[in-house]
Parts: sequence; structure tokens; C-alpha cells
Amino acid sequence: MSVLAAIFNLNHPGHVVHWHFFQMSVANIVVIGLMLLVFALAIVLPFPGAARRRKGVS
Amino acid sequence: MSTTPPPSRSWTTRTRDVAVGVLPPEKLLPDGQPTYVASWIYVFGVASIASLIVIIASGSILSLKGPAWWHFTGIGHFFNSIHLWSVELFFFFIVIHLWGKFWMAAWRGGRSRVWVTGAITFIVAVPAALTGYVSQQNFDAQWIATQAKDGLNSVGVGAFFNVTNFGQMYSYHVLLLPAAVVALVTAHVLLVRKHGVVPPFPLAVADQDSAALAEGTGQAGATS
Repeated sequence: MSVLAAIFNLNHPGHVVHWHFFQMSVANIVVIGLMLLVFALAIVLPFPGAARRRKGVS
Repeated sequence: MSTTPPPSRSWTTRTRDVAVGVLPPEKLLPDGQPTYVASWIYVFGVASIASLIVIIASGSILSLKGPAWWHFTGIGHFFNSIHLWSVELFFFFIVIHLWGKFWMAAWRGGRSRVWVTGAITFIVAVPAALTGYVSQQNFDAQWIATQAKDGLNSVGVGAFFNVTNFGQMYSYHVLLLPAAVVALVTAHVLLVRKHGVVPPFPLAVADQDSAALAEGTGQAGATS
């Protein structure tokens, strides 16, 4: 735990992005951004063995 | 004279006949999946289930040992963290699964019940997580409970769900809501087995739609 604590200083109130009506914690924004990134990568990255299966080679 | 005994009409026989008719063994446990399933976007459903298994296993250990263990011992902190992060991953994967299936229109081909059970699972999983946050037995739980109390009162259900009542919330968290999530996931998976994984949109139809839209005569969504 002390190793992680050295990387991430959590001893402060959470950071928040507030712009007009929009208000969200930075942690939530990071998670949503990661979900969008993983979603995009899941669509564009080739699946191992997919080409071989389409050719009908088992 | 025939020696064949008359068919049994007991409830077990009838249940078996219906179950095998609805979901034959080769559909329940298939040898393989269609070629189009070989894509990363089809991985997130089973990743959600894997996370759910870790959630239930770590949660079972936490419930056996109790709050003093998960707050004040090193191994308790470890399992507390495993439980938290498996929940984070569960929602991470289930949301990506939801996005993928939404853009595939996964309710096509008589799969409306597959879509609905998945959507309800997501909706039920949210209070399953909330009741966990308010069951931590610390100041964080008290803060979340009082915030949630105002929210629930504002929508008129505060009389039924008292989020400041630890006993009630703990019962919801370790029994009622997990049982509901597991039952819904089971139904969801069985329905996927029955109907098969939704295929991608046919490329020819998609091309026709694109061409029609480009000419200004398109009726997007009119194809089945």
C-alpha cells in the first residue's frame, strides 16, 4: 500500500471538473475515457486467429 | 402385446421434455461459435461474468470475516480491495458490453428478451453496488448513505429503502440483490444460448443504406 501511496497522493479532497452545468469528478472522467478507449480498441484491433477462422482453417 | 411401459406424466418428465425442447443440449453447450464472434467486442460479456465470479467469491470471504477484519487487518484490506476493484471492472466491462450490443442492435432476430434481461441486470447491479458502499461501516459509508437518502426521498421511495439502516442495506447487499443479479445473468446467458450470438449487420444492406442516404432518398432503419 505504501508503494502505491507514493505514486498516488490521495490525502486531499477529490478533484472535480466544473464547467457551467457540467460537474464530474476527475476519477469518473478518467474511467469513462478509458471505457471509450477500450471500446474503440476492441473494434479496431484484430482478434487472435480471426483471419484463420474466416478462411476455414481449423 | 407391447411390453413398453406407458410414458411417465410426472412433473419431472414434463419439465425435462419442455427444457430439452426449448434448449437442446447442443445449443446449451455448443461445440463452437460463428466466425463473426472472433472479435474483441464479443469478449466483454464473459469478462463481466468473470468479474461477477470474483465479486461473489471475495464478498463471501468478507461476509464470513466481518467489518473489523476488513478494516483493521492487512489480509482484510486485501480482500476488501479485491471486492472493490472487481466491482469497478464489472461495471467497466458491462458498460462496454452494453455499448457494443446497442450499436449491433442486439435485439434483432427475436432477441428482445436477451436485450431486456441484460438491461435489467445493469439496472439491478447499480443498487447492488450502492448497498455495498453504504455497508462498509465507516465514515465514507455514512456520507454516501445520507446523500443517497436525500436522493431516494426525492423520488418517493425513501419509506421502502432506508439507506441509513445498516442491517437492511447489508441484507440487500449480501443476499437479495446478488441473488437477483445472478438469476438475471443466468436467464440472460440461457437466452443467448437459445437464440445464438447476434450476427453483425449484413454488409450489403449497410452499403445500400449508405448509398441511399448519399442520394438523399434513404430510409435508414427501414431494413430488417
